[in-house]
Amino acid sequence: MTTSEHYFDNVATNPLRAEALEAMMPYLKEEYGNPLSPYPKGSRAKEAIEEAREKTAALIGVKPQGIIFAASGAEANNFAIRGVALAKKDQGNHIIVSKVEHHSILNPARFLEKQGFVVSYLPVNEHGLVDPEMLKKSITDETVLVSLIHASPEVGTIEPIKELVAVAKERGVAFHTDAVASVGNIPVSVDELGVDLMSISAHQFGGPKGAAALYVKQGMRIVPLIYGGIQESGRRAGTENVPAIVGMGRAAELVKDEVSGQAERLSKMRDRLIEGITKVPNVHLTGHPTNRLPGHASFVVEYIEGEAMLLMLAAKGILVASGSACSSKALKASPVLLSMGVSSGVAQGSVVFSMGRETTEADVDYAITEFPQIITRLREISPFAQGWGGQEEGGQCIPKK
Amino acid sequence: MTLKFVEGVKADVTTDVVYMMCPMHLLKLEEMIKTLEPGQVLEIMTDYDGALEDIPGWCEKTGNEFLGIEETEDYYKFFIKKKSEVAGV
Repeated sequence: MTTSEHYFDNVATNPLRAEALEAMMPYLKEEYGNPLSPYPKGSRAKEAIEEAREKTAALIGVKPQGIIFAASGAEANNFAIRGVALAKKDQGNHIIVSKVEHHSILNPARFLEKQGFVVSYLPVNEHGLVDPEMLKKSITDETVLVSLIHASPEVGTIEPIKELVAVAKERGVAFHTDAVASVGNIPVSVDELGVDLMSISAHQFGGPKGAAALYVKQGMRIVPLIYGGIQESGRRAGTENVPAIVGMGRAAELVKDEVSGQAERLSKMRDRLIEGITKVPNVHLTGHPTNRLPGHASFVVEYIEGEAMLLMLAAKGILVASGSACSSKALKASPVLLSMGVSSGVAQGSVVFSMGRETTEADVDYAITEFPQIITRLREISPFAQGWGGQEEGGQCIPKK
Repeated sequence: MTLKFVEGVKADVTTDVVYMMCPMHLLKLEEMIKTLEPGQVLEIMTDYDGALEDIPGWCEKTGNEFLGIEETEDYYKFFIKKKSEVAGV
């Protein structure tokens, strides 16, 4: 990273920690053995994976046997949704997700719909929260799985998973949570939340890309996503990405001890950033005002468009996101913001600042100084500078004449 | 080999490898049988059709007693009685 870069996109990814890289190095070089090989080179690789499994399990407070390594958070989410729904298809054909889930939950849910499952997409309130009462009403005798995100990478809101799990448990329904955005940013305990399955991803907490995990409660059946050999106790085939898994374990070990202190530090910086940015007229915080990820500050800026802000901020060395990384690329209004009742015009002006371990107070100062100037400049040239003129059918805004 | 179907066998230990890939049924069987006392019964649940040959074959090879299988809609239950430490005892 150059000194002129101010990285505010920690929900997209994080730098690999030096300690994790150091732990990985032998497995990228001389310790290249296949963990299934019976000779010492293979056994050492196997031992390294099992050690990483213990460390990863400890981060979320579970037994190592519950951890199935995967290649990405998206894979873990796909595996959970498809795997549990298919394993339980004889018990029922209904699953429940929310409208603010990641695409790696929503798209497999749509796939399941095509296979004959019925999917309920729970609405959220203006802060992005799922209502436990709404969940209660949605559960039927056919419901086999509920999957609700722990914390939204787009609006930062932390869902009341414990309460939602309690509702699902009353009816004996399995519960998965996508904790990719939360694990590493806030302390997370599977026991405390009560979930049966949880997805986590290494590069969200200083580990490498290419390593993630699905926690599956002991005794829960799950249909594999990838068929082949007996890696991961016969539940996820493919020669393990040993270096990445080792890096994940090391990063998990480090973040476990640091997460509380870091959350406290980032919360203060987040609140300062929110205060500084929302002083600009017609800029609104999205997501929950307090119950949100410590390093997460997301806004909608009226009358201008997210992509333009992103590019101008990037020209100043400030790297941020607009909506989810996927939606941002496709220039689509964020479905998450739309589901929270934000109009499609306003949703186009979405910008997400997310901070991590390496973010400094100086980065925050710089953003607070530069961002308002960029907003002013863009509004000068915006066709909507005079305000929203009205809305066409379908929610498209018409400039005010 | 003729398969023996049984009903109501009471197992001392049960292990579930449904949806786990082959040859987990044999690896788990070997792992679990070590934890049993001689004469105790292991129940192993699997959806893998190949187990119909593999598990009785494994029992024959290792000297453990294959008691039989119970079929459910989705998977099989295999019952294996651990052999005595000394043959013939």
